[in-house]
Amino acid sequence: MVTLGDYLFVSGVLFTIGFAGVLLRRNLIIIFMSLELMLNAANLSLVAFSRFRLDSLGLPNYHGQVFVFFIITVAAAEVAVGLAIIVALYRLRRTTHIEDINSLKF
Amino acid sequence: MSPLFFWIASALMLIFGAAVIINRNPVASALSLVVSFLGLAALFMSLDAFFIGIIQVLVYAGAVMVLFLFIIMLLDLRAEERRRINIGAFAGGVAVAIVFFAQLYLVIGQLRTAKLPFAALPATSGDDVHRVGLLLFGNYNLPFQIIGVLILVATVGVIVLSKRELR
Repeated sequence: MVTLGDYLFVSGVLFTIGFAGVLLRRNLIIIFMSLELMLNAANLSLVAFSRFRLDSLGLPNYHGQVFVFFIITVAAAEVAVGLAIIVALYRLRRTTHIEDINSLKF
Repeated sequence: MSPLFFWIASALMLIFGAAVIINRNPVASALSLVVSFLGLAALFMSLDAFFIGIIQVLVYAGAVMVLFLFIIMLLDLRAEERRRINIGAFAGGVAVAIVFFAQLYLVIGQLRTAKLPFAALPATSGDDVHRVGLLLFGNYNLPFQIIGVLILVATVGVIVLSKRELR
């Protein structure tokens, strides 16, 4: 039997993979992909809670799914803007490696 | 919602999610991300969220990944593969990730409701597109319009950012 805890566990593992990717990788595009993994891990736990918490009619709580819809929309806009920034940066500095981009580093 | 299906979809999602950060080649990472998102869409469908599952495939596995692959091929990132890894930063990153996951695992273990199985849905529950649509255009109409404006702003911003000379 699959429980709510199983979904939360899988979502936590996916979030940790994305978190590790942001900390370990030095390529801006891979870091960006890891951010997407973390967003999707949050979406998975939202949908799992929406399915778990049934309302008075015995239906899933669709407010959670509407929230996931908004997150996906914002994430799509964020990917477009972020990749445009990466392209502008690459045009200026000829690199997407974060150790070459340290002007703001103390 | 059979346990076998759940574990196959989760294993697919997690293995290819790990492949995203292990692969040295950005194109291989992007393709692993597509498979990982397809596994996630299968998990959404196993939770009876068919609308979200379809949106996941269309938006992420379709549009967003095409954008990623397009940018990777535009920038020609092959030189990045030969970098050496900084051992100290690597060990620190792994340690922080493990500590974070241990905390998350303990919290889920403490949660009493997490051990309960999902209750069965009534037979008439297949119309989740209808119900999500009613909420979206009823309760959440204002946020929905704001999201539309946000996407317009993002579109204009991307066009401005990709102009050759920023003023």
